[in-house]
Amino acid sequence: MQEHDMSWVRTEMALAQPAPASVRGMGAWVRTNLVGSVGDAILTIIGIALVAMILPQIINWAFINAQWTGPDRTVCATVAQGGIQSDGWSGACWAFVNAKFGQFMFGTYPIEERWRPIVVAILFVALLVPMLIPRIPRKGLNAILLFLVLPIVSFVLLVGGTFGLPHVETSRWGGLLVTLSLSFVGIAVSLPVGIVLALGRRSKMPIVKMLCIIFIETVRGIPLITVLFMASVMLPLFLPAGVTFDKFLRALIGVSLFAAAYMAEVIRGGLQAIPKGQYEGADSLGLGYWQKMGLIVLPQAVKLVIPGIVNTFIGMFKDTSLVLIISIFDLLGIVKQNFSDANWATPQTARSGLVFAAFVFWLFCFGMSRYSMYTERRLDTGHKR
Amino acid sequence: MASQEILREEPSRGSFVNDPKVRSLFFQALVVVLLVAGVWWIAQNVIANLTRLHIASGFGFLKGRAGFDISESAIAYSSDSTYGRAILVGLINTVIVAVVGIITATIIGFIIGIGRLSHNWLIRKICTVYVEVFRNIPPLLVIFFWYSGVLAVLPPPRDSIHLPFGSFLNQRGFYFPRALWGDGSWLIFVALLVGIAMAWFVARKAHQRQMATGQQFPVFWTSTALIVGLPLLAYALSGFPLSFDYPKQSTFNLTGGFQVSPEFLSLYLALSCYTAAFIAEIVRAGIRGVSKGQTEAAAAVGLRSGSILRLVVVPQAMRIIIPPLTSQYLNLTKNSSLAIAIGYPDLTATAGTVLNQTGQAVEGVLIMMAVYLVLSLVTSAVMNLVNARMALVER
Repeated sequence: MQEHDMSWVRTEMALAQPAPASVRGMGAWVRTNLVGSVGDAILTIIGIALVAMILPQIINWAFINAQWTGPDRTVCATVAQGGIQSDGWSGACWAFVNAKFGQFMFGTYPIEERWRPIVVAILFVALLVPMLIPRIPRKGLNAILLFLVLPIVSFVLLVGGTFGLPHVETSRWGGLLVTLSLSFVGIAVSLPVGIVLALGRRSKMPIVKMLCIIFIETVRGIPLITVLFMASVMLPLFLPAGVTFDKFLRALIGVSLFAAAYMAEVIRGGLQAIPKGQYEGADSLGLGYWQKMGLIVLPQAVKLVIPGIVNTFIGMFKDTSLVLIISIFDLLGIVKQNFSDANWATPQTARSGLVFAAFVFWLFCFGMSRYSMYTERRLDTGHKR
Repeated sequence: MASQEILREEPSRGSFVNDPKVRSLFFQALVVVLLVAGVWWIAQNVIANLTRLHIASGFGFLKGRAGFDISESAIAYSSDSTYGRAILVGLINTVIVAVVGIITATIIGFIIGIGRLSHNWLIRKICTVYVEVFRNIPPLLVIFFWYSGVLAVLPPPRDSIHLPFGSFLNQRGFYFPRALWGDGSWLIFVALLVGIAMAWFVARKAHQRQMATGQQFPVFWTSTALIVGLPLLAYALSGFPLSFDYPKQSTFNLTGGFQVSPEFLSLYLALSCYTAAFIAEIVRAGIRGVSKGQTEAAAAVGLRSGSILRLVVVPQAMRIIIPPLTSQYLNLTKNSSLAIAIGYPDLTATAGTVLNQTGQAVEGVLIMMAVYLVLSLVTSAVMNLVNARMALVER
């Protein structure tokens, strides 16, 4: 009986074959991503036409035809408009931004005192960067420095009047300085106030609960401009005659309270998402209300709603531009104010200034949203489905 | 007997200071006292300030003569009209820009949002760039960009840009032919209403028949024919009463036609572009929220791709989309108050002028707050109705 050796096993690996030509390489990528079907191909053609129409114009305007330096409006105006450019020229007037850069950053802060906001900015970056990088230790100390010490130091430095520093009125502040200080204070105030409001709204005390609901829903129902109006025209009526306080401070209060109402709703969303067992668990351990919230509930709730919190921050950062309505000149306000400078008035000035301001705002907001996505991924402990 | 009594006894809490009920009452009483004291103090100050400034409180000022002009008004208004009417003009302007803006933002937002989910790489990238650009810059900046950056540098009326259908675009705004409804044109509107009613009736009947017998009826084409055909028929029967007043170019200005001011145009375009970016993200999240199994199951049942989208994906996605969409609509309405920065006479602008002229700060701000709250509530109510229709019916 002949034995068949059925247990033959191939010992060497089969050589890997190249993938079929239809799923790899440039050609396949184009086929699947651009011309998958007739409709897809038409869409691609429309897309290419759109890009071909817009992109060269933008590049031409922003870089190739742009004027980077110059003493006054002549570099950015055509001959017909009293300048040196040929007819039909259209390009960005970065010379305008260049010339006004100091104003865009600091407003009319006295030039010899501008080292003060610069020092504050350096301190801010020096404290913020280690705060944002998770690997760097001593977060607690860092947070105290950033949220308690820095505001005091900044206040002393920016306002002056002590330690031999000349006093600078807040009406002379402007530009990015105002935008950033408004947003920083707004963020630092709105988060704790928002947490308190959210806890109040979920509280079992009916009066506290009702007051929180009324505050949150009223503020959320009206535009920020109305709140700022209220801060600028109604607040003086509310105070005894002769008592006034700084317009900048009023705007700060308005912006912070407005953001706090939105923050409260975001935090409430997080609080609601925490299962009841967590509350009961904390109770059964014998923790008091603030211990329960501070140690068990809030850390989980806040982590859940980080995207919402950052979105509120971004919204508030953008909303600070509204203070120009009550004539405080933030970055956008100061850019707009400079349109009326006869020395630089050309058809391109407004566009260039606004594109510059948009770019600065965009950088901050985009940075914040990307950082929040990063944090979300980092803190994701896999509890989410 | 004794053991039962022990059980009924309240557990000892030591001192009543530690009793949660007592504490809660104490804190609430404290809050009420503080609140009443604060309100009383503010009220005293307000009364003192008002008497010092010789301002009579109350809403009687609304009947006074306004004495200022408003550049755009949908209802008859002159500087002789009352303050109340001035505020009404502002309110109507706010509603107009909000409604038109909401419609446009929804259309752009849905297109961009669906584009972000396209299989087509190029379309996806273009839509992503749009969303990332507009989401991250302040709406006020977008308004200024349209106003000072684009519309203000358009040619003067003499060199207006000609657009199709006899429209013009220049520094002073956008001009398009005004429709003049002649005698008998009421018939067209009646026909339109009848057409819509009949289309609704047909859709209902067709649905009932399909439920009962499984037979389908081409509802879409019938309704289109009814809604478009009936008014056209009425138009022909009543002797073509519609004519157009075209804008005409003269030496310094355009006459005739319908003019849309640059203020309205920039506010409308900016609000639409800005809000569309947010709506796009909501739409994207909504469609992605419908699990792939739904699409596959629908395909397994034998539905075509159009029907899958219409009957399976969209109804489920809408449930996720509508609540955040409502809050975007509310945001757009509230953002329309930015009109004040470019001088479009919306509610905030006219009420602000009234407030400055009369000094009635408290009443003026109260009116503004009340109106915006009511607008928000109305929008929410409408969207809640839509939502209720869309919501999952669970037993």
